[in-house]
Amino acid sequence: MTSEAENPETLSVLDRPNSYIGRAVPRPNLDRLLQGRGLYVSDIELPRMAHVVFVRSPHAHAKINRIDASAAKQMPGVIAVVSGRELSNVITPWVGVLSHLKGLKSAPQNAIAIDRVCWQGEAIAAVVASSRAQAEDGAELVSVEYEELPVVTDMRTALDPATPVIHASLGDNLAFERIHDAGAVDHAFSEADEMVEAEFVFGRHTGVTLEPRAVVADWNAAEARLTIYQGTQAPHMVQNIAALHLGLRESQVRVVCKDVGGSFGIKVHIYADEMATYALSKLLRRPVKFVADRVESFNTDIHARDHRCKGKIGVKRDGTITAFEIDDLTGIGPYSMYPRTSAIEANQVVNLVGGPYVTRNYRARARVVFQNKNVMCQYRAVGHPIACSVTEGLVDLAAMKIGMDSVEIRRRNLIADDGYPCASPSGLRFEQLSHQAALAKIVRMMDYEALRAEQAALRKRNVHRGIGIASFIEVTNPSAAFYGVGGAKISSQDGVAVRLDPQGSVICQTSITEQGQGSEALTAQIVASVLGVSMDRVRVILGDTDNTPYGGGTWASRGAGIGGEAALQATKVLRKNILDIAAAILQSAPGELDIVNNRVVNVADGAPRIELSELGRIVYFRPDTLPPGIQPELMATRHFVPREYPFAFTNGIQASWLEVDIETGFIKLLKHWVVEDCGTIINPQLVDEQIRGGVVQGIGAALFEKCVYDERGQLTNANMADYLFPMAGEMPDIDVGHVVSPTMESELGAKGAGEAGTAGAAAAVTNAVNDALRPFGTIITEIPLTPQVILTALGRI
Amino acid sequence: MKASAFAYARATSVANVLELLSAYGERAKVLSGGQSLLPAMNLRLIAPELVVDIGELGELRGIAVKGSVITIGALTRHADLLKSSEIAAHAPLLKDAVAHVAHPAIRNRGTIGGSLAQADPASELPACMLTLGATIVVCGPGGERRIAAREFFSGIYETALTPQDLLVAVELPVTPRTSTHFFHEFARRHGDYAIVGLAAQAVVTDGRFADLRLGFFAVGDRPLLAMSASRLVGVSITPAVLSEACTALDAELDPPEDQQATSAMRRHLAKVLLTRCVSSLLARPDLCAGASA
Ligand SMILES: Cc1cc2nc3c(=O)[nH]c(=O)nc-3n(C[C@H](O)[C@H](O)[C@H](O)COP(=O)(O)OP(=O)(O)OC[C@H]3O[C@@H](n4cnc5c(N)ncnc54)[C@H](O)[C@@H]3O)c2cc1C
Repeated sequence: MTSEAENPETLSVLDRPNSYIGRAVPRPNLDRLLQGRGLYVSDIELPRMAHVVFVRSPHAHAKINRIDASAAKQMPGVIAVVSGRELSNVITPWVGVLSHLKGLKSAPQNAIAIDRVCWQGEAIAAVVASSRAQAEDGAELVSVEYEELPVVTDMRTALDPATPVIHASLGDNLAFERIHDAGAVDHAFSEADEMVEAEFVFGRHTGVTLEPRAVVADWNAAEARLTIYQGTQAPHMVQNIAALHLGLRESQVRVVCKDVGGSFGIKVHIYADEMATYALSKLLRRPVKFVADRVESFNTDIHARDHRCKGKIGVKRDGTITAFEIDDLTGIGPYSMYPRTSAIEANQVVNLVGGPYVTRNYRARARVVFQNKNVMCQYRAVGHPIACSVTEGLVDLAAMKIGMDSVEIRRRNLIADDGYPCASPSGLRFEQLSHQAALAKIVRMMDYEALRAEQAALRKRNVHRGIGIASFIEVTNPSAAFYGVGGAKISSQDGVAVRLDPQGSVICQTSITEQGQGSEALTAQIVASVLGVSMDRVRVILGDTDNTPYGGGTWASRGAGIGGEAALQATKVLRKNILDIAAAILQSAPGELDIVNNRVVNVADGAPRIELSELGRIVYFRPDTLPPGIQPELMATRHFVPREYPFAFTNGIQASWLEVDIETGFIKLLKHWVVEDCGTIINPQLVDEQIRGGVVQGIGAALFEKCVYDERGQLTNANMADYLFPMAGEMPDIDVGHVVSPTMESELGAKGAGEAGTAGAAAAVTNAVNDALRPFGTIITEIPLTPQVILTALGRI
Repeated sequence: MKASAFAYARATSVANVLELLSAYGERAKVLSGGQSLLPAMNLRLIAPELVVDIGELGELRGIAVKGSVITIGALTRHADLLKSSEIAAHAPLLKDAVAHVAHPAIRNRGTIGGSLAQADPASELPACMLTLGATIVVCGPGGERRIAAREFFSGIYETALTPQDLLVAVELPVTPRTSTHFFHEFARRHGDYAIVGLAAQAVVTDGRFADLRLGFFAVGDRPLLAMSASRLVGVSITPAVLSEACTALDAELDPPEDQQATSAMRRHLAKVLLTRCVSSLLARPDLCAGASA
């Protein structure tokens, strides 16, 4: 894959000589990982550690009449077989709601099901044994008597009076509903020359992480302390919740999170089987390990994106978009996930539709319903791909209807780059976006006119290629507005502590976490640049609630923007402290000194004055030689949270160029372009790879990935052969370009970039397919776009 | 995803294998490359009592050309077929086909014997055996049997092998120099099992087929040597002739429905493949309007 050769713009205001910011510095942890010295939870072995395997329900909805574990308990190596009822003596149930999502309801969920299972794959008993294989042998012998109950699978009928209610205590299957009405929608539609409506259908899919979910829980009865080793994005959140439900103080729980083999939002939630593992360790007073296998992952890792969204757009003949309207329906499984809830995705869809465009007329309804399928929750780019596909699909349909080019209609309707600050039709505030610059740039990068000419020439030879464009906005750097205001104990602030050691190296502890996106690298880059030391002098420690400041972690594209700013501010303090002492030692003034390349120098002529190692030696070992009254502080801590804007919105645009074989329905992706604006770019390589990886996941949704459920609520493709994961062989080259509009909320100016690729890729690909199929008068608004879907739409089968 | 406990024997000779297989019958499984057997065991879809590893039997590995016959040992790996100059020269269809089998890591272990014994109807190699007129050589309690490929495949994962049999080799006639071939499959991703595939071998003289063998796969419960090929032999091919052949092919198919394709889609794709195959073998793009494969 290639990147755009040169980036003429400066990537960062902080890009100056000797700075690592704005430079493609290799991730410092790569050697360790490539040499097999990573420490993933699956690698952890502790003395007396046992393995847990869960007996999982084969039915989507059933009463548990009887569990007979007598044979399993006789098996060699089996230590215990524990039911949900037994475990409920150790851990309390939870309800996944947030108070700011008004009306959101859910039922209490147990770590292991008690009396009733609500989806295929829900755990009904835990078998703990000396090895995983022995636990699996034991699990095979647990006999369970089920009484099948009627299942609710189709979200379209979930609210019908004739449909059984999954949780009687809730009264109906409606988890959440949001209605939004802004501007004057009816009037705007009446002023439109044309109106287009469509129903967009999205396949339920999941984020397939290379390393499955994994936990080792170690209850130390002597210390009355639980240590949880877990691949999670949010260690402090896990600490809070484990403590809450096990009846412990937070200080009795330590969460350690070393290397994590991919997350994508899958590992930012609290899963019942993980809670059960913590509880089992406490119950059995020994370390217990749970590593999901691939089939369990498909059945229990959160799914996402199961939406059917009706959309409507009004447009004038001159291309002016007058209004958007949507009606979104999504099915989330039997429980709202804990603690972030399963209403956030639909809520985001309402927030984001129409976001890039000028029109203020917008009406939306979103309904979230329960069903007997695996739970759904936030996965990379929560709600964005739905909102973007609906918005951009409608914009293309409108353009088609009035015979306008798809770039031109966007040029006429995207918010002007000098129109900020302003707000979206759903009331979200934008600080500074760059839609028009991004559009102009992508048109240049892809040589749009030439592509259109090539497309026309090939069409004459019966070769059908299409161009698809999708503008998008992305929510990043969330403040407490996301979860905190709703009562969740999920921190939106992050902290960083930096300290200089006697030899002039820096130890940096940060509350953001690393799952492969480069949190460690960008933190080291910022610390090294701000302090004036080389990067190999900076050691970053993360993922340990005992050893880092308190903070949110890495999710919602927040690590660089929030944790990065905390690192910058902490390092500024350390730098000032160092210069104060240097001035005292050198009988100079702090303002006359600077730190460059690991030593203190004169600002005026750059002449070296004192090595940091020498300064460290004096401070730590010969403080007696310092002038009286000076107490050096070579450790500094700062925290940061955005206060001005609830979210730092970013924007971008994607384009896809592909060919549809109209005889077979197969699609060949030829090229993909992205221009995005995440503000200050700390490491262009990391940003570009985030974008590319995100695009691939978006393409997965567009063409391949879908959790296929049958009418009985059985997931029928829970394996890597039948669930089609996007693979390198089918991916196009992805060119990435940037526009840089730093946020003024922080000195760093960085916004998030982790989800931008996923936000718009499916929309670009779908629009390209519809562009290719234009001569056939076919519009497809359903993904994944399988050959079967395309051939059916073309009437070939 | 851990296999149930099983006993393991590393066989020392073909006779040793046969001994173990007769003792254990259905409770034993031969292990070749393990690329189909081990996933099934780890998913606990099967739980053999004894796994008989034949990996040490060097005599079952290798490719030899004698006169007009190529003999391929059962343990010959997919990767060996792909690299072999004998295969490239004397059975080039097989080389093209193997490139579509799975991914390099799997081709480095998976074997031709394992693939044929597995008899997945969506597999490439069984169809090639039909097209190339292979003979499958089997050793069993009653001695050696030589089974024509046509007779060997009997259903989904079913063959003429009994639990006491060991597949030891395949024999292929050397493809004549005048012969040409076509291989193509429709799969969602590189390395996936095909939705529909075709392995064809032909002799073309003066723009007509003097011989045409069409081995389809993933169109039924076993690979299919299409009889409809005969309609295209010895005649001048017009769109009408081709269309009749497609109709005849359709009558021969009994495609399954699965998550990738309905039965109707498989029928459609088989006909597209036939059209593209004929067009390509005869170098007649005119027969293939609308395709850009
Ligand atoms: C991800 C993945 C993708 C794949 N994609 C494809 C594909 O696209 N096309 C394709 O054709 N295959 C594919 N395969 C299967 C692969 O080609 C296997 O190698 C092949 O099917 C079996 O060969 P093996 O040597 O591994 O056999 P094994 O797995 O060792 O054995 C398979 C079966 O055959 C029996 N057996 C093996 N050898 C003998 C023998 N000599 N005599 C009698 N019985 C025997 C075994 O007992 C077992 O039942 C894929 C596999 C994987 C894991």
